[in-house]
Amino acid sequence: MHMADALISPEVGISFWALSVGGIAYSAKKLKDNMDDKLIPLMGVLGAFVFAAQMINFTIPGTGSSGHLGGSMLLSILLGPYAAFVVMASILTIQALFFADGGLLALGCNIWNLGFYTSFIAYPLIYKPLAKNGKNTFLATLLSSIIGLQLGAFSVVLQTYFSGISELPFKAFVMLMQPIHLAIGIVEGIVTTAIIRFAASVKPDILEGVYNLNNQNTTGSMKKVILMFLILTFVVGGFLSWFASSNPDGLEWSIEKVYGKPELPEKEGGILTKIKEIQEKFAILPDYTFKKVETKETPAQKEEEKYPNIDVGTTVSGVVGSIMVILLLMGTGFLIKAFKKRTV
Amino acid sequence: MSHHIIKFEKVEYEYPDGTKALKGIDFTITHGESVGIVGANGSGKTTLLMHLNGYILPTSGKINIGDLVLNKHTRQEIRKKVGLVFQDPDDQLFMPTVHEDVAFGPLNMGFDSKKVDEKVKKALEIVNCYDLKDKPPHHLSGGQKRAVAIATVIAMEPDILAMDEPSSNLDPKSRRALINLLKSFTHTKIIASHDLDMILDVCERCIVLKDGLIVADGPSLKILSDEKLLEENNLELPLRLQKK
Amino acid sequence: MKFDNEFFSLGYIDRLSYKETFIHNIDARVKLAISLVFIICVVSFPKYEVLSLIPFFIFPVVFLAVGEIPLNFVLKRIALVFPFVFFIAIFNPIFERKVAFYIFNIPATYGMLSFFSILIRFVLSVSMLILLVATTSFSGICYALKYFRVPEIFITQLLFLYRYIFVLSEEAMRMVRAKDMRSFGKKGTELKFYVKLAGTLLIRSILRAEKIYYAMLARGFKGIMPYRKKRIFEKKDFIFLIVSVLLLYVFRFFDVIKLIGRIFVRGL
Repeated sequence: MHMADALISPEVGISFWALSVGGIAYSAKKLKDNMDDKLIPLMGVLGAFVFAAQMINFTIPGTGSSGHLGGSMLLSILLGPYAAFVVMASILTIQALFFADGGLLALGCNIWNLGFYTSFIAYPLIYKPLAKNGKNTFLATLLSSIIGLQLGAFSVVLQTYFSGISELPFKAFVMLMQPIHLAIGIVEGIVTTAIIRFAASVKPDILEGVYNLNNQNTTGSMKKVILMFLILTFVVGGFLSWFASSNPDGLEWSIEKVYGKPELPEKEGGILTKIKEIQEKFAILPDYTFKKVETKETPAQKEEEKYPNIDVGTTVSGVVGSIMVILLLMGTGFLIKAFKKRTV
Repeated sequence: MSHHIIKFEKVEYEYPDGTKALKGIDFTITHGESVGIVGANGSGKTTLLMHLNGYILPTSGKINIGDLVLNKHTRQEIRKKVGLVFQDPDDQLFMPTVHEDVAFGPLNMGFDSKKVDEKVKKALEIVNCYDLKDKPPHHLSGGQKRAVAIATVIAMEPDILAMDEPSSNLDPKSRRALINLLKSFTHTKIIASHDLDMILDVCERCIVLKDGLIVADGPSLKILSDEKLLEENNLELPLRLQKK
Repeated sequence: MKFDNEFFSLGYIDRLSYKETFIHNIDARVKLAISLVFIICVVSFPKYEVLSLIPFFIFPVVFLAVGEIPLNFVLKRIALVFPFVFFIAIFNPIFERKVAFYIFNIPATYGMLSFFSILIRFVLSVSMLILLVATTSFSGICYALKYFRVPEIFITQLLFLYRYIFVLSEEAMRMVRAKDMRSFGKKGTELKFYVKLAGTLLIRSILRAEKIYYAMLARGFKGIMPYRKKRIFEKKDFIFLIVSVLLLYVFRFFDVIKLIGRIFVRGL
């Protein structure tokens, strides 16, 4: 499921952008070190393959509803986690840009939700151990597809919830997303296995050749990657709560903790003061609170902060102003069109 | 500096799955010659061409290109001398715009920006496609793609030009343009094709392959008028030579 | 089995992006940066803001009009993605019933406000995105990304992917059509056939990648994609950037609507 720009807050959007870009940068580095050049066109073409395969809808037997391939598990199996993550990110980028699937700000979330869990959690922790020596590939693919999608779906719920824009209750959203994605995961697992098996039966040496291109997959280094990402998540989460805290002193407090003194050496002061300024600005904005998580125990206070005072008087000028602006906008549009016609 | 001799000596090639594509090929091509390679599907034409560029190395036998013997180490150098144009131009045009595709080769050869632009302009003008330089490949017609694919290769100024089915999928006008273009090239040319009329127009010499072996090698007019030989190889007389 | 006609819109947008208008000729980096800032501004408004979002429409309007992008096209694209957002946004008025104010005795709840806010944000951000892509060539966008330090291999991926989507989608479409023509409406073993189709396409793709690799090698490829073109930042790009940033800043932090409204009301 793709996140949309309208439902996320900038913090959530930017945080996940940071995470995804970090993921891409890390994967890129890993690839650059180990990669066979042949992988470059292969990644691009397989990305196009997944894209094309996604455009074909098939009916799911027994349900009558139509589905299409996700492809992230397929890519991970064929290309290894790093290449698969990069390819998945590129597919999602093009979908976001051309089909408005999600949006620009939400792209970071989408890349994370649909790419990270499959490539860096489901694939190394579930698929690889289970599918060792070519056994149990069906079970391995099925389980990793299901879990990858479950994690991704839950991510969507968390991101929506923490953005605080939608009122959709957490529990209801979860109850909606998880079962649906369980079904999708099952179909994905089955279809992915079937496709690979079919291709292998027709031209075994070709798939072999592809597998041989991927040799950067020791479980040891994977654990490091996962650990690193978990740490990153905590760091980002901590950073988020700084923004949320309407207390700018939170920054100084942290500085003191880290550096042992309340002020930083001159050099870094510049950037940090800037950040502090931005943070203060956000704190000043009415109701700009992320505090939903922290203030669960004070509902009364929450109510008060949440609802801005709406003054009917100013609302009138607001409405009039809006009408004027809309007229202005339409006028501008027509003027431009007329200008163009005349100069043709 | 430029020796344009190609020599195949007892060349054999076996694919990883065991198929023997070439079973002993011997021939010599001299500077400036235009040679057509014809034969039934599966006779080994494409496999033969792929050796010219060092994509595949013979499983036995020796190949000389210029004064270099083809092996793992000389491949890169040989690729500067031999330009290979594939059957499907979509496999050859992989950059976002025509200009970047044609510039790919010269850039890799290490020329500076200005020089590269000159080479690109020259190559595109030769194939009459300079006005397409900023277009993405998927905006081009089949004939245009073919022409641009050729440009990508001649931009590297190879001595030898090898082509696999260059006239396939072209409309008559584009095909005629291609034939005229090829006739104007002074490179040594090796062209594998089913289009016997084109071969007759462009190549003065013709080699017939059957099941990985050469069964005929001589002047095109002579070989392509030999009905019996052609029929044995799933071919027909070129249209122009057919009597009503 | 159905081939999604979405593919054609990709080709359509692609062709739109090659038009020659003032907007098309603005540097891709500027447009990308402005679009991103635009979306962040829009999305950063408090939950219940509705009116303050309206001035932002000037951006899509200008892009659309100057870029000569058909309005129908943009509306259709928005309509396609609209249901999903609507479905989620509709819960807001359902769950949040506290009344904000009354208009002629009709209550307007906070839930309704956030509902409209979401919808407007949605239209703004989606249209901006569509217009960005419709007025900037894809390789331009990739160049902009590269300028902003996005890893090389990812950019190469995007370019290859984009290039070959057209080729592979056509192949896939041909295969689907061929099958449909022989099915006479029967739907029978669709999934089975899909697997075969995808599997075949997969193999063809891998083989094609190999050929492309050979073509790259033939032209001297040694592992790094060669890159050359440096796009120059012109005066018009600079002006466009400054004006846009100023406008965005003003719209975001000042209550433009109420200001205009007040002036007008007072003027009456």
